[in-house]
Amino acid sequence: MTMRVCLASGKGGTGKTLLATSLAVYLARHSGSVTYLDADVEEPNGFLFLRPEIVREERVTVPVPALKTGVCSGCGECRRLCAYGAILDLEDRVMVFPELCHSCGGCVIVCPEGALEETPREIGTLLRGMSGSLVCSAGRLDIGETRAAPLIKRLLDRAPPGRIEVLDAPPGTSCSVTAALRGADLLVLVTEPTPFGLHDLRLSVELGRGLGLGMAAVINRSDLGDDEVRRYLDREGIRVVAEIPFRREIAAVYAAGGLGLDTSPEVLGAVEALAGEVDRAG
Amino acid sequence: MLVKELVVISGKGGTGKTSLAASLVELARSEYPVVAVDADVDASNLALILDAEPGEPNDFVGGELACVAPEPCTGCGACVEACRFAAIVLSDGKALVDPLACEGCRVCRAVCPAGAVTLRHSVTGSWRVDVGEGFHLIHAELGIARDNSGKLVSRVRREARELAERTGSGLIIVDGPPGIGCPVHAALTGTDLALVVTEPSPSGMHDLERALDTCSHFDRSAVVVVNKVDLAPALVEETADLCRRRGAPFLGRLPFDRRVPGLLARGLSLVHLDAFRGPLVELWGELRGRLNG
Repeated sequence: MTMRVCLASGKGGTGKTLLATSLAVYLARHSGSVTYLDADVEEPNGFLFLRPEIVREERVTVPVPALKTGVCSGCGECRRLCAYGAILDLEDRVMVFPELCHSCGGCVIVCPEGALEETPREIGTLLRGMSGSLVCSAGRLDIGETRAAPLIKRLLDRAPPGRIEVLDAPPGTSCSVTAALRGADLLVLVTEPTPFGLHDLRLSVELGRGLGLGMAAVINRSDLGDDEVRRYLDREGIRVVAEIPFRREIAAVYAAGGLGLDTSPEVLGAVEALAGEVDRAG
Repeated sequence: MLVKELVVISGKGGTGKTSLAASLVELARSEYPVVAVDADVDASNLALILDAEPGEPNDFVGGELACVAPEPCTGCGACVEACRFAAIVLSDGKALVDPLACEGCRVCRAVCPAGAVTLRHSVTGSWRVDVGEGFHLIHAELGIARDNSGKLVSRVRREARELAERTGSGLIIVDGPPGIGCPVHAALTGTDLALVVTEPSPSGMHDLERALDTCSHFDRSAVVVVNKVDLAPALVEETADLCRRRGAPFLGRLPFDRRVPGLLARGLSLVHLDAFRGPLVELWGELRGRLNG
């Protein structure tokens, strides 16, 4: 049985990647059979720190409609169905805009002439590699592509088997975040004690509740701000597993591409506490 | 007067987009009226810094949501099978829609033999216009887990352009979302200049490159500023090199300062700290020159 722990935050730059990479390495050293999943496919940064040896690259496609030549009567059934404006009516035929398509397959179903067929459109790459005993997998969205969610779903479907998965989620609360968090066994919200942190944390908590996930929190740069975030988490009954004070050394290690785990006692302490939380949730 | 649009993006989150956008609004509004737009509809924070009188919220109707009426539904499962978003399950012999997974594609309605599915317009967010001294602020919030963030960004930008014309504003400053996906595309298209804020770290540099690639993809000109420079001075030089290679003008450096969170908590922008004021005034001068040039 795989246990998946997701590190997420509403606000960007709170320290998700710093913690997720350190936690994954820590668990791999102590429990074995751990997979790190970078689901922040717009900005996948985990591999900059884990530096896995890449063993496999796989292009990911989504199905989009294409018009067979000479079959379309221009009846417009597909255009009327398409909720995304990806099909345009011309006089005697339709025109498809694949970059707007959500791959629902509806146009192919409703076309009375069978004039549309689905063809693959490339949206990104899945990378797989090893960093010591840690299995690492990341999605990387192509520049100019809009659809992060299907790439994230593929990343999760293809996740190499492991006893524990540590998932680095994208920031925000949109559909791509939902895709990344769905089915998590534990959601760790990484936040900071500022008005921005609090505002965005509330949205993440609402999303976690909507998905029915068990939640815990880590407060990063815990000495730069105020107590509002702590009070809020307390009211919501969400446990603060660790607080990491701001240290220039942590920022310096991060800047040098190092793992916080090996260089900062504060990060190590937080990771140990998180590992305990993962144990309890598992 | 021709309205110019400046968008602040970063790729990586947490580099300081919002504090920088707020500071630029403060500097620009002393010269002419400004319209500020918060296009980070997932995590809308600009209103927390800019002091403005809140306006009335307007509903944003994004996509549609499927709804299955239990009476005609026979539980045949055709919709469950056709749904590519795994948004429908059979529960007690009836189809049940998960609103967090539904993308409003209408396929379930098309395949239902019993005519049990309707699609309802759903309010997926809201937007409003706040009025401050010398500026208007348009900001929006998207409902949790909602699709169509790009559509909402396009909507607030359209409102901003109309407002700028009505109020004679010369400049729209857009505080963009992180990442390089759909809402970033919506924030970037048609703007006159993109200001990319980065930080001296491997993530910052990696994401800066992807942000610059995205600007090139949409044929937008981009300039770069590095924030929190004293956290890793060596990487600032590497970032400057990267900008030279990419032909993106490197416009400035901003320091790291422990007092920033406290300042933002009091609703003040960076121009109120001496260490920031000089570099910000210089940056604003550069940006103004490029926007008008």
